[in-house]
Formats: sequence, structure tokens, C-alpha cells
Amino acid sequence: MRVPILKLHNYLLVSIQIELDDQTAMQFQEDLLSKIHETGATGVVIDLTSVEVVDSFIAKVFGDVVSMAGLMGAKVVFTGIQPAVSMTLIELGIYLKEVPTALDLEQGIIKLRQELEEK
Amino acid sequence: MKETVSSVVIKKEWDIVGARQAGRQLSQELGFGSVDQARIATAISELARNIYLYAKEGEITFEELYDLPKVGLKIIAKDKGPGINDLSAVMEDGYSTSGGLGAGLPGVKRLMDEFDLVSDEEGTKVTTIKWARP
Ligand SMILES: Nc1ncnc2c1ncn2[C@@H]1O[C@H](COP(=O)(O)OP(=O)(O)OP(=O)(O)O)[C@@H](O)[C@H]1O
Ligand SMILES: [Mg+2]
Repeated sequence: MRVPILKLHNYLLVSIQIELDDQTAMQFQEDLLSKIHETGATGVVIDLTSVEVVDSFIAKVFGDVVSMAGLMGAKVVFTGIQPAVSMTLIELGIYLKEVPTALDLEQGIIKLRQELEEK
Repeated sequence: MKETVSSVVIKKEWDIVGARQAGRQLSQELGFGSVDQARIATAISELARNIYLYAKEGEITFEELYDLPKVGLKIIAKDKGPGINDLSAVMEDGYSTSGGLGAGLPGVKRLMDEFDLVSDEEGTKVTTIKWARP
């Protein structure tokens, strides 16, 4: 199974609606990077509203996605992280300090626009 | 004190997802709240992945605990893999032999209420319990 990646102007929009096993998570990482390369997108919003479990592996993939996309000139924002997921991550000892977040898709796009304009 | 026992074999990568879904389902049935369900599913994911990565195969067993009025879920992750070399180091955050975050085992201990780890050359067994808040 693959995570669909949509293009909107110079942004990519992703809503993760499927259960992420390790394979799917790695595939997503790869797909997203090629899509950034292909489209020259400068911002990416990844919505996690439907994601119920983020364990250490998936957290690492998300952190890597941010760094890798950053190297390619694209800013990533995560949105819609469920309260239970954020609590669980902190208890696991994962702080994802480098990962920008926003409440929902709309806020995510606003945040991207602000950060990209500041440059 | 009737206990119901079920188990999931961990052999393929997808079994990690299967195990955490089974555990989440059970925890929901037992009346755990949504945050505890996420804690339990995440802990199972960590334990199942450790089996898959380091021991290749093993089993996760679930036991429903009825110590009325308390209700709990016991999770046993067992494998016949090589065992853990440095038992004191693995409970420190950030210790990993595989380039992981090393959050797995210390994280599971924080997510759950009770935690026990036994490991030698014959394999590894992690027993952990979460109690539902009534
Ligand atoms: N079932 C097991 N059999 C053998 N060794 C294990 C087992 N579980 C854990 N280990 C060892 O303990 C170390 C720490 O495990 P832990 O789950 O805390 O971190 P990790 O798996 O390395 O990284 P993370 O879980 O954050 O991705 C592992 O790197 C591995 O060497
Ligand atoms: Mg681990």
C-alpha cells in the first residue's frame, strides 16, 4: 500500500489514512523525496489526524523526512497529531524538537507560508 | 480471576502491525481509555519490532487480568533469539545496536505500569502490565 501525495501550487499535501508498517513508512519517505525533486515543491504538509500509533521507528522516519526534505529545500509541517499520540511519544522519550507542527491542515499551510516568506 | 489468553506470532514485518492492532482491540474491549490504548499499542509495536529485528521470530501473548475491581492487560513478548548482551545498558535511553533511537525498552517501561525483562543466550522475555483506571 502507498500513501498518496497531492500537489497544490508549490506545496505537497499528504494525509496518512492507512496503518503505517515499516515498509510502507520507508516507501512513503522515498516517494515524498522523489515527488519533491520532481515538482520542486518548497513546502510539505503531512496530516496525521487518522494516525493512532507512532512508535519509535515511525517517529524516526518522520524526523528523517524533515531533515532530508530540508536538504532538498522543502519545509515540512506535521498537522493533526492526536493528543494520545503526542503523550505517548513524550513518554517513549521522543521529543521531535526539530519537527514543525500545526493544529490542522489550514494552520499547517499558514505556517508554511509564513516560514517561506521570512526567508 | 478468570484469565483469557491469546497470542500473535511475530515472524514477518507485517506481524508488528497485526500484534499492535490485536492489542489495541483487546485494550478497547477491556475498557482502557484512548490514551492508554495508544500507550499499549505503542509498547506492543516496540516489543514486536525488537523480536523481528533481533530474534527474527517470537510471540506476543496477551492475558486479560481480572483482579476485581481492577482490570488489566498483561503482555508477554518472548523469543528464542540471541539474548541481550548488555542488560544494564538497554534500559538507558538512547542505547541501540541497530541505529535506532534506542527509545524502545526504556520507553515501554514508562508507557506501562509493570515491567520485567529476562534475557540470556536462550532468548528474551519481556513481561509488562497495564492496569485500567476505573
Ligand atoms: N528481543 C531481543 N533480543 C535480542 N536483543 C534485543 C531484544 N530486544 C532488544 N535487544 C537489544 O537491546 C537494544 C535496545 O533495544 P531498544 O528497543 O531499547 O532500542 P532499539 O531497538 O535499538 O531502538 P528503537 O527501539 O528506539 O528503534 C537493541 O539495540 C538490541 O541490541
Ligand atoms: Mg527497539
